[in-house]
Amino acid sequence: MSTPVIEASGLTKRYGGTAAVDHIDLTVEEGEILGLLGPNGAGKTTTILMLLGLTEPTEGSVRVLGRDPLREPLAVKRHVGYLPDAVGFYDTLSGRENLRYSARLAGLDETAAQRGIATALERVGLSGVGDRRVATYSRGMRQRLGLAELLMRDVRVVILDEPTSGLDPRSTSELLSLIREFAAERMTVLLSSHLLDVVQSICSRVALFNAGRIGFLGTVDDLVREVADGAFHIDVGASGIDIGTLAPEVKGVTACADMGDGHWQITAARDVRSDLARRIVARGGALTGLDARRISLGEAYNRFFREAGHEA
Amino acid sequence: MRREGSPFTGVMTVAFKEAADHMTSARMHLIMLLVLLTAVGAVYAAIGEIRQTTAEDPYLFLKLFTVARAPLPSFSSFMAFLLPLLAIALGFDAVNGEFGKRTMSRILAQPIYRDAVLFGKFIGGMIVIAIALLTLWLLMIGLGILLLGLPPSGGDMARGFAYFAATLVYTGVWLALALAFSTVIRAPATSALAALSAWLIFSVFWSMITPLAAGAIAPVNPLDPMTVLGQVHVQQALARLSPVTLYGEIAQMLLDPASRSVGPVFMSQLEGALIGSPLPTLQSILIIWPQIAGLFAAMVLLFTGAYVVFQRQEIRA
Repeated sequence: MSTPVIEASGLTKRYGGTAAVDHIDLTVEEGEILGLLGPNGAGKTTTILMLLGLTEPTEGSVRVLGRDPLREPLAVKRHVGYLPDAVGFYDTLSGRENLRYSARLAGLDETAAQRGIATALERVGLSGVGDRRVATYSRGMRQRLGLAELLMRDVRVVILDEPTSGLDPRSTSELLSLIREFAAERMTVLLSSHLLDVVQSICSRVALFNAGRIGFLGTVDDLVREVADGAFHIDVGASGIDIGTLAPEVKGVTACADMGDGHWQITAARDVRSDLARRIVARGGALTGLDARRISLGEAYNRFFREAGHEA
Repeated sequence: MRREGSPFTGVMTVAFKEAADHMTSARMHLIMLLVLLTAVGAVYAAIGEIRQTTAEDPYLFLKLFTVARAPLPSFSSFMAFLLPLLAIALGFDAVNGEFGKRTMSRILAQPIYRDAVLFGKFIGGMIVIAIALLTLWLLMIGLGILLLGLPPSGGDMARGFAYFAATLVYTGVWLALALAFSTVIRAPATSALAALSAWLIFSVFWSMITPLAAGAIAPVNPLDPMTVLGQVHVQQALARLSPVTLYGEIAQMLLDPASRSVGPVFMSQLEGALIGSPLPTLQSILIIWPQIAGLFAAMVLLFTGAYVVFQRQEIRA
C-alpha cells in the first residue's frame, strides 16, 4: 500500500574514532509520525542531518522519497522540511519577511508565496504578529514560525528536532496539535525528542536511540510489552504497615520499591492485588490505594536503557 | 560523486538579502559616515593645495585624489587605509554570525547548495561596496567640478574609472579576508579582532617590517653595489605581499600619468624619456597589471580558502 518515504540502511557516522551513529537501519512510511527518542548525544541529530544530506555519512545509504540526499540534495530538500533544535530567524526582519526569504530560496513564485505565507501564518496563529520583528517573538512563537515555514513550502516530509524543548506546557500542546494536523494531511513526520510524554502523545512509532544505535523500533505498545515481559505493576498506598516486609511473602512478587510517603511500587508475575489487600487488612494496616497500571513510556524507556547499559 | 542541480540556485537571493541587510545596518552607516567625512575633508584640502601651488597641469583633476595638505593625507591614502575597515565591518560575522543566530542549519535545509550561501554573502558585500564606492567616486568628481570649476577630460575619466575598479578589487580582498576569518573562527568578536589585526599589520606595520626583513635576508655588502639593488628587490617583493602596497602602487600609476615605474629605475633606462610627460592610460594600466592581477589573485585565494573550509564544516552548532 504505502511506499517508504525514508529508507536508511547501515547508516554510520564516525567523528574521529568514535561512532556517533553506528549502522542504523530505518524505514519510515508515508503519513506516519515517527519519534526518535534517546538521551542527548545518542545520535538523533546526526541521523537527521544525514537524512537531509547536510552531513555526509561515513558508511551506509539513505533514500528519501526514493532519492539520494547527497546526489540530489536540491530535489530532496525541496520536499523535506527541517525545523532545527532552537530554530533561529533573522531578528531584524519581521516574521513575514523571514518567510518571504525562505520562499525565495525555495524558488516559489512571488504571488504564490505571498498567499502561502498568509495561510501558513494564519494556521500557526501568528497572522496578527506577522509584521513584527522576530526579535520580539517568544520561543514558542519562533517554533511556530518555523512550522509556518514548512507549511508554506508545502513539503511532504517534516523533520523536527526537539521541537518542544524549552517551551511552556501550553505552547507545547499547541505545537503538538499542529504537528498532529501535519500527519493528518498525509505528511510524514519525524520527530526527535528526549521528552517522553511528547513522543508518547503523538507518535505512531518510536525509535529508541542508544549510543548511536537504534535499540528498539516499533509502536509504544510494542515497547511496553517488550520491556515489561508481561509483568504486573501495582501501586500500593497503605498506612500503619510496612509493605516492604510484607510484599515478599506474597507469591509472585518479584520486586517492591518504597516510594516514600506510604507508597510502594510492586512488580509481580501475576495479579496479586487481592492477595495483597487481604494481607494488609489482616495485619491491621489501612489500605489507601491499590492500582494496577501499565508501565508508561517513561518507565519503559528507563528500563530499556538500564538493560542496554547492562549489556554494554 | 556528481551532484544534481546548479550550485548557483539562490545565490542572488542570498546576495540581495545580504546587501539589503548591510544597507540598513548601523555599522555600515557609521563606517560610511567616517569614510565620507574623511574623503570630503581630504578632497577639500587637496583643492586648497592645488589652487595655491599648481599653475598648469594636464591632469589637474586627478590631483584631487593624490595631493595632500598636512596634516591630512591624500584621498587615495585615506581610501587605502579606511576601505579595509568597511570590508571587515561587512564580512567579519558573515558565516559565524549565522551559526550564532542559529539560522545556518535552517538556511542550509532550504533547497539550495552550501555554495550559494558563501557566494551570495560575498556578492552581497561586493554589491554594497560597489554602490558605496561609486557614490563616493561621483561625489569626488562633482566636488572637483564644483570647486575647481574644471570639467574632467576623457583621460581623467578613464584613469579615474580604472582607479575605481582597482579600488573595488582591493576592497574585495579585505572582504574575502573577513569572510575567511568568519568561516574559520566561530566567535564573531574573535574573527573581527583577527581581521582587524591583519588590517593593522598590513597598513601600519608592514612598511616597518619589510626593510628589517630585507636587511636580514639580503644584507648589503659595501664593496658590491649590486647588493643594494638586491636588497631593494627583496624588500619590494616582501612589501608586495601586502595588498596595501599593491593598491598604493596601482593608485600611484593610475592617478599620476607622469610616473613610469613602481620599482627602481636606472639612468640608462631613462635615456630618451621625456621626464614629466604623461603616459597613455593604457600604458599606465599595463605597468601595474601585475599588481591588479595580484590583488585579484589574493581575493580569489582567500575566498577559495573560506569556501573549502565552509564546505567541510559541520553545521550542527
